[in-house]
Amino acid sequence: MPHIALPEGQPGIRGALAFRPATAKPLNELVEVLLFGPHTLSQGERELIATYVSYLNDCHFCQSIHGAIAAAHLDGDEELVKRVKADFQHAAISEKLKALLVIASKVQRGGKNVTAADVEHARSLGATDVEIHDTVLIAAAFCMYNRYVDGLGTTQPQDEAMYRERGKMVARTGYVKGSKEYLPTEAIVREGETHAAHRTA
Amino acid sequence: MPHIALPEGLPGISAGFAFRPETAKPMRDLAHTLLHEANSLTPGERELIATYVSSRNDCYFCQTSHGAAAACHLGGDDVVRRVKTDFESAPVSAKLKALLAIAGKVQRDGKLVTAEDVKRARNEGASDVEIHDTVLIAAAFSMYNRYVDGLDTWQPRDTDMYAQMGKHLAEHGYLKSSRE
Repeated sequence: MPHIALPEGQPGIRGALAFRPATAKPLNELVEVLLFGPHTLSQGERELIATYVSYLNDCHFCQSIHGAIAAAHLDGDEELVKRVKADFQHAAISEKLKALLVIASKVQRGGKNVTAADVEHARSLGATDVEIHDTVLIAAAFCMYNRYVDGLGTTQPQDEAMYRERGKMVARTGYVKGSKEYLPTEAIVREGETHAAHRTA
Repeated sequence: MPHIALPEGLPGISAGFAFRPETAKPMRDLAHTLLHEANSLTPGERELIATYVSSRNDCYFCQTSHGAAAACHLGGDDVVRRVKTDFESAPVSAKLKALLAIAGKVQRDGKLVTAEDVKRARNEGASDVEIHDTVLIAAAFSMYNRYVDGLDTWQPRDTDMYAQMGKHLAEHGYLKSSRE
């Protein structure tokens, strides 16, 4: 049972987001930019970074849902997602993504673990400054989302089919549009909306 | 030197924000809602939670700037120092101590928070929103700290700069840089 009275029937982070729309808005906007918006790294690659960090943090809900979203972006290749979690150095992904996953895993333990050599290695394989920046921030952000989901004791179903279905949906709609399903309408991001529009619930 | 070509002369997280405005906006909005907007926990109490978590994560820039903001809200830095070294004996409310205990667990791993931890906070008068926000402040600073250190941002040792930054944050919040 969750530690606080979260709305029922909303698993994982969705219950927490629905509980507090004022913080749901920036949390959804951040993940939208990092994982769904236009980027030189594909959506599948970015979801793999999020999945891997969530796996290292042992967050069942986040690694399951982001693993499912990653698979949906990668032609349903759930085996590849499993392989990345178990041993990414031998997975069928680019050398650049492997170098970025090394950086992400260091950030997961603590930002100061990232070395100039890690960054130089990623750069020698073609990683840009924005890609390195976003890898650091995806890893850092999932250290937040994972702690948020686990720290509230949210409901985390063991139903793989549920994650697969939701993963397909999020892969299509993204995070902000998808939030319409569980957030009160005033908390949903609209183009050009100002800060004044969101207030503590 | 930072790991990537961040704008020069901007300390800590402000360089990351200037480098990537698209992610800066939600990160600023989140900090503003959690730490600055009106709430049943005072801004000083919430800055103490942020400072404590940043201290546990050993992030110099974040613990110093948020420590300065807390000191500004609370009229001195003695309480800030004592919360960082041993919050259970610091001159803060029993409710805030219970919330700091929860924050300290979230900093290590969200799964460490127990029903007993939450019950203690509730017995001291904490509401569900206060418990939620404590968990999210601790989680969010597990992000901000890793972001600041993971990019190897410039983190000057300059007491006056942090005092000014703390004053700006305490007065204006997080939506805009003090240099805008």
